[in-house]
Amino acid sequence: MTFRELAGILDAEVVVGHDCMDVEIKNAFASDLLSDVLAFAREGALLITGITNPQVVRTTEMLELLGIVFVRGKKPDEDTVKLARTKKIPLFCTRYIMFEACGRLFSNGLVGCITRVDDAAKL
Amino acid sequence: MQQNYDEPLLKQDFTVQGGDFIHAGEVSSKIKSILKEIGMSHEVIRRASIATYEAEMNVVCYAQRGKFYLTITPDRLSIIVEDEGQGIENIALAMKEGYSTSSSAIKEMGFGAGMGLPNIKKNTDELLISSVLGEGTRVAMVIFTKP
Repeated sequence: MTFRELAGILDAEVVVGHDCMDVEIKNAFASDLLSDVLAFAREGALLITGITNPQVVRTTEMLELLGIVFVRGKKPDEDTVKLARTKKIPLFCTRYIMFEACGRLFSNGLVGCITRVDDAAKL
Repeated sequence: MQQNYDEPLLKQDFTVQGGDFIHAGEVSSKIKSILKEIGMSHEVIRRASIATYEAEMNVVCYAQRGKFYLTITPDRLSIIVEDEGQGIENIALAMKEGYSTSSSAIKEMGFGAGMGLPNIKKNTDELLISSVLGEGTRVAMVIFTKP
């Protein structure tokens, strides 16, 4: 799925990343706990979250995730947007709740970057 | 000629300010760029980035300030973090997944779930933590860079 398709599926506003709408994403991780993102998300995944502070971009940078979708109508802080522009990390905002956003993306072919936490322990 | 494995190829220090959530992560970002520049393997960079960032967030969340000492030798990279802060009362307990003493403010930021130290452990080859309650904590992390 491309970011363009993602934006369509989630009726999402593109905050950062207008120039990388053709980038392909294959899997995702969803959490409001950045500690868990750091422990379980895999490189190249999309991050789906309700956390809007700059740390969400830092976490994405450290793990080399591809982009961030903010759910539940949350808007990223100004500092978050600035940092994302600097780091060239695409940001999207959707009004869907996390469950709906994940469900819609999953049913369109996006899968989890891991399926169970047991998978993370094996890596 | 025999390579001296104790001779550092690179040594650099960084300072982290406690409570500065806006700039939290900058030191980890700098260290990551350095590792990329000198051509460390993808896997080493990934593990070092996660461990450093978790350690940096710990300083920002629980200490007044911290110093990061990065040393790279031919076979390993070592990151030592020394902070002036509240310290850890029970290190064994702090190493347990899910154990946390964090405030609700830290939790609201998406941290403080008791995953930090276990995640550092997972992403390093050697980890030594010592702490004096009310004074500070020293975290010494080593990642071997040779396969």
